[in-house]
Amino acid sequence: MRRVVVTGIGTVNALALDVPGTFNAFREGRCGIGPLGFRDADRLTIRIGAEVRDWRAEEHFAAKDLPLLDRVTQYALMAGAEAMAMAGLPDGIGARGGVILGTAAGGIQTWEDSYRAVFAEGRNRVSPLVVPRLMHNAPASHLSIRHGLSGPVLAVSSACASANHAMGLAVQQIRMGSADVMLTGGAEAMLCFGGVKAWEGLRVLAPDACRPFSLGRKGMVIGDGAGVLVFEAEDHARARGAFVLAEVAGFGMSADAADIVAPGGDGAARAMRAALADAGLSQTDIGYINAHGTGTLANDRAESAAILQVFGANPPPVSSTKAMHGHAIGATGALEAMACILALTEGVLPPTLGFQASDPDCPLDVIPDGARVARVEAVLSNAFAFGGLNAVLAFRRA
Amino acid sequence: MTRGEIEADVIAILARQLLLAPAEIAPDAGIDALGLDSLGKAEAIFALEERFDITVPFNANEPDQPEFDFTSVNSIVRGVEELIARKAG
Repeated sequence: MRRVVVTGIGTVNALALDVPGTFNAFREGRCGIGPLGFRDADRLTIRIGAEVRDWRAEEHFAAKDLPLLDRVTQYALMAGAEAMAMAGLPDGIGARGGVILGTAAGGIQTWEDSYRAVFAEGRNRVSPLVVPRLMHNAPASHLSIRHGLSGPVLAVSSACASANHAMGLAVQQIRMGSADVMLTGGAEAMLCFGGVKAWEGLRVLAPDACRPFSLGRKGMVIGDGAGVLVFEAEDHARARGAFVLAEVAGFGMSADAADIVAPGGDGAARAMRAALADAGLSQTDIGYINAHGTGTLANDRAESAAILQVFGANPPPVSSTKAMHGHAIGATGALEAMACILALTEGVLPPTLGFQASDPDCPLDVIPDGARVARVEAVLSNAFAFGGLNAVLAFRRA
Repeated sequence: MTRGEIEADVIAILARQLLLAPAEIAPDAGIDALGLDSLGKAEAIFALEERFDITVPFNANEPDQPEFDFTSVNSIVRGVEELIARKAG
């Protein structure tokens, strides 16, 4: 079976508009969460989020292209350009390349703006570009067009696990031989009035800070952004002398088939075990776990139990970088893949910010006191979604 | 609104969520004992806010809920009474 490696990464998120800035934030333990600045934010109960600050689309895109690009697509294209530049792929990949990208809400800002126009402002028509702007496959399709990738291209939507599912399916395309190169990851731009208003109703958002695994945690904080990775067949990458960042060693997915929102059962543990088995790794090979770690009471408790179930009483260090970049929903797994690549390439384990005191229900080493230097051979990245969907990736040192 | 009216409306809202007859819900009944799950709680709170035109400060991540006591029918009625009074004041 063909091995799959990462030869390029790119990101836009609340911490930085590129990978070097994001890595610096991970090293420094910087927090990207702040007051929400979008229209009507003053009508919300929850007024914090990890927004992409100082985003000036007109600096990154031609005026003629912008009417087609919801922010979710803008973030994806920006991250994709950085990843493709890093990978340095030759021209003409064509049908041997594809794109599988995750998003949970797609062009939600475009839905909101259009509904506002016709319902609130009494207008009788909306832009003819509304449909191509808001469709969930817009980010994937624009990446395919921009980079001339004409093989397997599609969007994946599985709420908070979208990016991990997308990356897992991208691995499978390369292993099956359907493509040599896949752009993959996720993009999300849910920080608009309607997006946060919808989440507020579930009563799971924290009003003040994200404190994963900590006693006194009050919930999750939503983030925006995109992470795009270039996955490449190892033989293809070696043949062209590409710099390999890491190997995507394994992928495991499962469904709880139980509750539509509450985590539970053995689904999370089964997904972790499946990723390890797919990678040919044992528990003792894993030196770091990037947790789903949303900061809700329920997730962190259930995830801790699942990690202990899989790894026994002494699991490896675990951190949730969501306290830095926020919970970027359908993009979050891709942002967290960046943290995993940092751990593997530079031996830096990003911390869990906001930690106040140990929760007896979460007996884990969550790296609470700033980034830790440690050489790790392999890592896991967890994503557990509403709908009971679990997707776990295993990465290994190149 | 009188306390009795508030209590009747609170019980009606919980009854709809729990698929019970209002008569089956005693004023001193515990919410967990009634079998209301987390999503049901979120829906019940939404219904309370809509019915009484109040904003209930409830976060599912705080088990002790210092701001709004959702443990029993009685505690919910007291909480709603307070929020209505605060709105009027």
